[in-house]
Amino acid sequence: MNQTSTLSPQSATTRPDVVRLQQVRRTFGDVEAVRGIDLVVRPGEVVAFLGPNGAGKTTTLDMVLGLGRPTSGTVQVLGLDPRDAVAQGRVAAVMQSGGLLKDLTVAETVRYVRSLFTHVRDVDDVLARAGLTALADRRVGLCSGGEQQRLRFALALLSDPDLLLLDEPTTGMDVEGRRTFWNAIRDDARHGRTVMFATHYLEEADAYADRIVLVSGGRIVADGTAAEIKARAVGRTVRATLPDADDATVAEIAALPGVEGVDGRGSSVVVHGTDSDAVARHLLTRTAAHDLEIVGRGLEDAFLSLTGADERTPA
Amino acid sequence: MTTPAIPVTTTGPRATPRLGGFNRVLLSLELRRMLRNRRTVFFSLLFPAALFFAFAGSSGGDERVGHGNVSAYVMVSMALYGAALTTASAGSSVALERSVGWSRQLRLTPLHPLAYIATKAACALVLGALAVAVVNVAAVLQGRADLPAGRWLACALLALLCSFVFAALGLFVGYVVPGENAMQLLGPGLALFAFLGNLFIPITEGSTLWHVASVTPMFGVAEISRAPLTGELPWYAVVNAVGWLAVFVAGAAWRMSKDTARG
Repeated sequence: MNQTSTLSPQSATTRPDVVRLQQVRRTFGDVEAVRGIDLVVRPGEVVAFLGPNGAGKTTTLDMVLGLGRPTSGTVQVLGLDPRDAVAQGRVAAVMQSGGLLKDLTVAETVRYVRSLFTHVRDVDDVLARAGLTALADRRVGLCSGGEQQRLRFALALLSDPDLLLLDEPTTGMDVEGRRTFWNAIRDDARHGRTVMFATHYLEEADAYADRIVLVSGGRIVADGTAAEIKARAVGRTVRATLPDADDATVAEIAALPGVEGVDGRGSSVVVHGTDSDAVARHLLTRTAAHDLEIVGRGLEDAFLSLTGADERTPA
Repeated sequence: MTTPAIPVTTTGPRATPRLGGFNRVLLSLELRRMLRNRRTVFFSLLFPAALFFAFAGSSGGDERVGHGNVSAYVMVSMALYGAALTTASAGSSVALERSVGWSRQLRLTPLHPLAYIATKAACALVLGALAVAVVNVAAVLQGRADLPAGRWLACALLALLCSFVFAALGLFVGYVVPGENAMQLLGPGLALFAFLGNLFIPITEGSTLWHVASVTPMFGVAEISRAPLTGELPWYAVVNAVGWLAVFVAGAAWRMSKDTARG
């Protein structure tokens, strides 16, 4: 990764935080979409806002863009009110479903939006960065989902923003479209733009972010690098083929030190725990288990355990 | 991790655009979009002119009406009809843009909502004027319309002004009927209003149909547009026009506020 989180003391004192959320809450009627989020994003960071659907990601991003106001708490972007930051073109976004006009061409759409800003980049430059040069004269209505998303990215680049927000930017794209899209974003972020993106794809967060903010139930449940998040969910999983496992066998395994859960699925058994050696030794010496497999927990397990844990707490 | 090759910078404060973002590029692209819509071009520019030739070409075109003749009378009616179609189409496009999320995209730019509405209104004005002009040019080419120049111009301007009642209707219907179907409803709807508004065939004054027609939305504005020609402006025509404008504006505002509350 070329990108680094600029957490050095100098940068913290000389530059304002790009995003600063303090005790932000947002309710819609009886529903608490965001339940007290504190978050600081510093210049140059590429932050993934990761969480399951309904975690409050979009609501939070909308507040950073000033499209929604917090019910309580404060939101600042580059030290400004979010709407002022948008009006100055210093924050831009690629939204999940931001509409486009089907009857304009790609280049016309870019010229349309470009005419609204005071500080702008060239149409050709922006089209090239989004990989749209060859499609400049195509009607937007004839572009694929991935091409339309690259157009939204081109529009977001027009004002050369300090902060770029992406809300589930690759939803509905095929693998190739997704890779092209992220390559364009990565190339751009290399020049120091601060990027914050919401996603529910773990691979995306893992591959493209320097920092992952895990949200669930309207709260931040973890915040750190992918490695740090993985470390949050300790332990390993032991999987083995074990025909005819009766309740007594399962109970015996469950009683082993460090075992958190045993799952007997037909002819196989899956054991989660902190002491995989003890489990493996027991399975191979005291039972008929064979084809043993031991895996460390990945980001996905961390994700599930951290977000799932929150769901069990009463709302 | 490595340090970035290019130092991270944030730019300083920047100016916001003049006039809330209202500009020429925007205006020309919006006009181009409207002219690209074949249905708009056909029904609001070509169709009224064709109707003018059909109606004004029949016998009796030279018959006197007020300060002019029947041919001029038909010309004003068709100009109003064409202008009403273009402004209704412009109005419904605002609602369509909201429904597809383009308005949300624009909210991520410095464009002020009033500048957006001003752009749309300016486009409706230009296209409405074009629709009025096409019918008027058709009348000049045909050569039978007779009306003093000042009154001719007054009729054209009034038709354009009155057509804005239907911009509000277009906005309203655009919100009620989702997507691109709004014009499919507005097209026949406006044709029916035009018929009842005495734009196509004269309805016998005092008849039952006339009484029903006199409360329909195009009746009042038609009387107003033709006032310089006929030399008369009945009070009920003014009440009709103001009343329907109020209804359409209230309807559009009501739907718009509901839409904003949701979005």
